[in-house]
Amino acid sequence: MNFEFSDDQLVMKEEVRKLFEKEDTVKRNRNILEGEENFDKDLWNKVVEMGLTAVTIPEEHGGIGLGFLELCVVAEEMGRAIAPIPYSSSVYLATTAIINSSNEDVKKEYLPKLAAGEMIGTFAHSEELGTPTSDNAKTTFQTGKLSGEKIAVPDGDIANIFIVSAKCGDNVGLFLVDADSEGVEVSKAECFDGSRSYANVSFKDVDAKVIEDSSSEAIEKLLNQAAVLFAFEQVGGAEASMNMAKEYAMGRYAFGRQIGSFQAIKHKLADMYISLTLARSNCYFGAWALGNDAPELPVAAATARVSATKAFYECSKENIQTHGGMGATWEFDCHLFYRRARLLSANIGGQSLWKDKLVSSIERSNLPQ
Amino acid sequence: MDFNDTAEEAKFRKEASDWLSANAEKKEHSRDVYRPAELTGEGGESSALQDAKDWMTKKYEAGWACLHWPKEYGGRDATAIERVIWAQEESKYKVPGGFHEIGQGMAGPTMMLYATEEQKKEYLPPMAKGQEIWCQLFSEPGAGSDLAGIKTKAELDGDTWTINGQKVWTSGAHYSDYAILVTRSDFNAPKHKGLTYFFLDMKSPGIEVRPIRQITGGANFNEVYFTDVKIPDSQRLGEVGDGWKVALTTLMNERLAVGDASGVDFQEIFELTKESDFNGENAISNGGVREKLADWYCEYAGLKYTKMRNISALSRGDTPGPDASITKIVSANKLQDIANFGMDLMDNASIVKSDDKDDIRALFQGSLLGAPLIRIAGGTDEILRNIIAEQVLGMPQDVRVDKTVPFNEIPSGSKN
Repeated sequence: MNFEFSDDQLVMKEEVRKLFEKEDTVKRNRNILEGEENFDKDLWNKVVEMGLTAVTIPEEHGGIGLGFLELCVVAEEMGRAIAPIPYSSSVYLATTAIINSSNEDVKKEYLPKLAAGEMIGTFAHSEELGTPTSDNAKTTFQTGKLSGEKIAVPDGDIANIFIVSAKCGDNVGLFLVDADSEGVEVSKAECFDGSRSYANVSFKDVDAKVIEDSSSEAIEKLLNQAAVLFAFEQVGGAEASMNMAKEYAMGRYAFGRQIGSFQAIKHKLADMYISLTLARSNCYFGAWALGNDAPELPVAAATARVSATKAFYECSKENIQTHGGMGATWEFDCHLFYRRARLLSANIGGQSLWKDKLVSSIERSNLPQ
Repeated sequence: MDFNDTAEEAKFRKEASDWLSANAEKKEHSRDVYRPAELTGEGGESSALQDAKDWMTKKYEAGWACLHWPKEYGGRDATAIERVIWAQEESKYKVPGGFHEIGQGMAGPTMMLYATEEQKKEYLPPMAKGQEIWCQLFSEPGAGSDLAGIKTKAELDGDTWTINGQKVWTSGAHYSDYAILVTRSDFNAPKHKGLTYFFLDMKSPGIEVRPIRQITGGANFNEVYFTDVKIPDSQRLGEVGDGWKVALTTLMNERLAVGDASGVDFQEIFELTKESDFNGENAISNGGVREKLADWYCEYAGLKYTKMRNISALSRGDTPGPDASITKIVSANKLQDIANFGMDLMDNASIVKSDDKDDIRALFQGSLLGAPLIRIAGGTDEILRNIIAEQVLGMPQDVRVDKTVPFNEIPSGSKN
């Protein structure tokens, strides 16, 4: 038994971290937040250059042909870096959906472009306030044409292709739409986390290709896979927030001493560390289940998702608290993590939804052993 | 990342499981645990104690006790992973336990580092064999979390030390054969510099053990009084005045030995919510109940996988770190909250006391009363948070007014 990432995977993680540190991604996050651009194209190019958009894509389709475990370590660094790029939309969601698909033509056509980063994809799923489940889609697919309104599509104004959930007979399936198809209308939305871009997208009788139309399970699987990857991002963000709080508490003096020597602050940091450690351990099991396409994936993914969401929320809000008034200023970086924590909590369904999913999965699998 | 056994691990697992199935009775479900024939002793131990000793001896004779210890001291020279595999397999069986942790888990490793070769050969094999029980004489009325504030006095005359004072919260002192003991040998030295560490025979003249009745109704803790108790200098572990360092070795091992809080956990509350009625449907159908179940499952799983990560670290040769502190904080609080919520679900029925061990009410009631003790024993929640902040995160110690002054000038204990 070995419950750690391999040395090669850890080297890869280190390389990604170095890139992000060198590129000062937190500053880049702020530039996107304050500027007009919808993502950092320069950083995107560097990520592509490093091969990070090709990690899980098979070599025959222009990828590197590594596994999900490698993608997990990249995801953690992506979260630590709060990178202002459409990586999760394109890689965790669109690319994974196509890799899962049995449609070889789609793979042949799209995977090489996604691997090369010349094409950016996303997943258009939510339709209204509330939680996107696999069976609440009102968008429809019939004889090659797709119609419906999708809201809050991550990177919807950036993406070249959309993976769209839509009703098809009794199932809710997944379909691929080129963004420049006739009948696609994209309207950029103001985003709570302005370092990322969101859009509302309407589809009117647009041409769509089938990714999966024979059951609703493909969406659930995609959401579970993405949940593990997002959980790693959340763990990365949570750890960065905790470290910011610690650094500040060590350097800030009040009542004649470092505020980090007060138990009120130390216990706060200890609680952040506990929450982070539980989330990290659950993520590792999620990575194992994801990497092995194990039957435990639904439980493992929901467990990782719920605990990582909790950890990032707690660490990002208590980081602000530890900084005192300065933490609540626009100038300090604390709020960049707080915003990102909120965005990552919502993007594939909120905490209540995933908690409910978790218990349902436990009921189905008769866990725990 | 691989959860499957290697060929070697699988072979070890099979060997363990073959021996267990020939020598113990398998559990039918998670609540189907070992039950003593009678519960008559002060601490409710009686037949459980003898059963636990006999089971340990049986394991010892077959080479399954103190697995990671060297063979010459009664162990098996097993790897960290093998130790975990054994624990996993043994937990599937209805076997007694709970009496050897302080000896084998804390006194043993301390002796291993500080006792003479002769002493190790004399004391460690019987400790592994399990007929001799050890206890830990550390806390005092004025020194609990602030352990270095102990006042039990040790005076050397020739080759013999004379001990006077009082210890408290000593688990199992009333049935222990030996003990590890921290004393103060110099009251003029600063707090952490004047301590000296010993091991001793609990049947030594001058030792008086008085049980303390706990909120559970049981009495597993004791006060232990020392009146002119004699200990030969050869039973000192570490240098005179260096007892704090030796005590830290013991405490570091304590965090590994304590582990999860025993009592109701996710399985029990999960089953209960499926069985109990809530507004005409099963409680598990209720959204509020499901949220709580999800939170507890995340903690349950998080601890399980954190432990596996620690084991991976151990098998790579890393030393056990203060990270293990997390386990006790999380599991003890989870235990208390699950017990409280379970009783809430049972509504008025939970108020009626049950002594029938097979009644689920007894399990939740016992856990609710036991949880406060677990949150305090072996390092309080608060001390463990300090340890995480200082030793894991590297944050500064609180300002201390007691570290450099002579011990006899420091105020301590309750002044009200």
